[in-house]
Amino acid sequence: MEILRKPKDYASDQEVKWCPGCGDYAILNAVQRALAEMNIDNKDIVFISGIGCSSRFPYYMNTYGFHTIHGRAAAIASGVRLANPNLSVWIVSGDGDSLAIGGNHFIHAIRRNLNMNLLVFNNQIYGLTKGQFSPTSERGKITKSSPHGTLEMPFNTGELAMGARSTFFARVPDTDIKLMTQTMLEAEKHQGLSLVEVYQNCVIFNDKAHAAITAKENKADSQLILEHGKPMLFGVDNQMGLRLNGLELEVVKLGENSITIDDILVHDAHNTSPTLHYMLTQMNRPNFPVAMGVIRNVTAPIFDQEMGKQIDQLSTTSQWSSLDDLFFSGNTFEIN
Amino acid sequence: MGNLLRHWPYGCSRESRRKLFLGSYPITPATDIMQELVRHKWAGVKVFQAEDEIAGICSAIGASFAGNIAVTTTSGPGMALKTEAIGLAVMTELPIIIVNVQRGGPSTGLPTKTEQSDLMQAVWGRNGESPVVVLAASGPGNCFDMAFEAVRIAVEHMTPVILLSESYIANGAEPWLIKSTKELPKIKINTLSEPNPNWRPYNRDNDTLARKWVVPGTADLQHRIGGLEKDDCTGCVSHNPQNHELMVQIRQEKVTRVAKDIPLQKVKGKEATKLLVVGWGGQFGILFGAVNDLQKEGKNIAFTHFNYIQPLPMNTAEIFAQYDKILVCELNNGQFANYLRAVLPQFTYEQYNKIQGLPFKVAELKEKFNQILES
Repeated sequence: MEILRKPKDYASDQEVKWCPGCGDYAILNAVQRALAEMNIDNKDIVFISGIGCSSRFPYYMNTYGFHTIHGRAAAIASGVRLANPNLSVWIVSGDGDSLAIGGNHFIHAIRRNLNMNLLVFNNQIYGLTKGQFSPTSERGKITKSSPHGTLEMPFNTGELAMGARSTFFARVPDTDIKLMTQTMLEAEKHQGLSLVEVYQNCVIFNDKAHAAITAKENKADSQLILEHGKPMLFGVDNQMGLRLNGLELEVVKLGENSITIDDILVHDAHNTSPTLHYMLTQMNRPNFPVAMGVIRNVTAPIFDQEMGKQIDQLSTTSQWSSLDDLFFSGNTFEIN
Repeated sequence: MGNLLRHWPYGCSRESRRKLFLGSYPITPATDIMQELVRHKWAGVKVFQAEDEIAGICSAIGASFAGNIAVTTTSGPGMALKTEAIGLAVMTELPIIIVNVQRGGPSTGLPTKTEQSDLMQAVWGRNGESPVVVLAASGPGNCFDMAFEAVRIAVEHMTPVILLSESYIANGAEPWLIKSTKELPKIKINTLSEPNPNWRPYNRDNDTLARKWVVPGTADLQHRIGGLEKDDCTGCVSHNPQNHELMVQIRQEKVTRVAKDIPLQKVKGKEATKLLVVGWGGQFGILFGAVNDLQKEGKNIAFTHFNYIQPLPMNTAEIFAQYDKILVCELNNGQFANYLRAVLPQFTYEQYNKIQGLPFKVAELKEKFNQILES
């Protein structure tokens, strides 16, 4: 008889040690709910993390887990996936882990498109080291390591993902557990590298960094929650929408200037062209809502599957059938 | 040819019934190993050309966690980049093989020239107390045996093993006595495939102190490992002071005990008493030739050559005690000599060093040996 797993079946016996109020709790909850919904066997799941607050995640999962070194989770996960393509592989990292010290592994993991899920908890700060600016901190941000304001432009995770030829990119706020759960589910279902950026709140070192977007009172006007095949509407009563004006996106209001629902863009996450997806990742307040949900979800060759295919094919066509065969295939001579 | 022969760890992956995984990044003079191994996908070999040296070893660590025979190949500068990840493999007690085909250093140094100057880096070059097994191949033909040994020790003792080669043998050639795979010893895999409620990730074998290699996909044995200090036995994160000291000692003892599982050191010219020539790694052939010539002339000289660097063979001190003088010959500024001074401080070591990016010459060695013998 098939076992039906509940979210709590994915929780380990370890006490969760994030700060009270940390956004990570909600993410943990959403991931466990998504796994339960898909009823994946615990033994076939691996969580791999780097270093940072986010990276404590594997300890709290009743699955296989590996808390590795700073920035390297994607590289280690690639080895796990290639060694055993039957595993459901989840990489858990933060904005420092994935976009600073692990930036190289991040872009190459996306480019190769191994079938794994890569979660980036973006709180725009270094939390574990107690409050230095990160690669996603806004320019001018005052932190312990930038008392006079930062001098550098932040990365936009989605923009970086598109540049690295991402096949799946989603963005979710840690305040919306339903959207997070649904998105984690979509990420696991997607064949290829699924990148999920979570706007996560660090209650101690960068509290309310995303509040202008995620707070209840701002949510309707500040978030455009995308659904494949649905018009891009937002705002209280869904009266606001997006349309394309020349090569630019434009916010319009239904009923104003004879705008109707037919003028509104319909989200096509499966469009192979990343142009519109890229534009959606760029949208920001105050002129635009921030795009949430699955922005891009397309199919492309999957590295681990392709490697498997080559191995299968070569194992039948090779001139050698055994190691001994190979040993004697070069220039050999006998000594008597 | 040395580089090509080193690809035979995949022979051992067959012996151990596990797939071979290579995570690597191109670097002179180690690249040939990757290029050779990738030709053998037919045998199920997985070769991953990573985005950098760090990803090369990290992918290998991931593959090892998931149950593959995992190898990474590099040269000195790449070795430097892999350092942190080697520490992770030490902490998580996962088997990986790190091949360093040495070249002239430091920095970019002499990429196409030979040198033996990464010995200290291999033995001690990590943060924290981080012991690993270090082996060295002594010739192109010997690369197969030492690669096999590296895999055997890594898997049976659950430890990273560094295998040192050098440009001189990587680009060298010699006849190789082909072995049948039937002659190769079986590699024992210490794992659990059935659920066992009493098992803990850091339970150890009484003899080797190796923990079990339990891989993802095994039912009801889910566990978490990582780079943070582990509680003895449970493997849970621990900051307990006594536990840390205990774990440091266990990790050291685990490597020390490998000495019981390696061949005894051999000597050429046991009857000699005056001078013992000590070599290691890829200079074997030249050193052997020089000593052999002098022995034929009736000189009081013996020779011993090390393939097992850390730990040293059990009878090393016994051998050293038999000679008036010990001369350590190596292509660096005295790294093996200094290592011996630290590990076996009761002996006096003289040095003969050459640091020109070139191998020894028989003539220059004989001249040096004669000088000492006549002094």
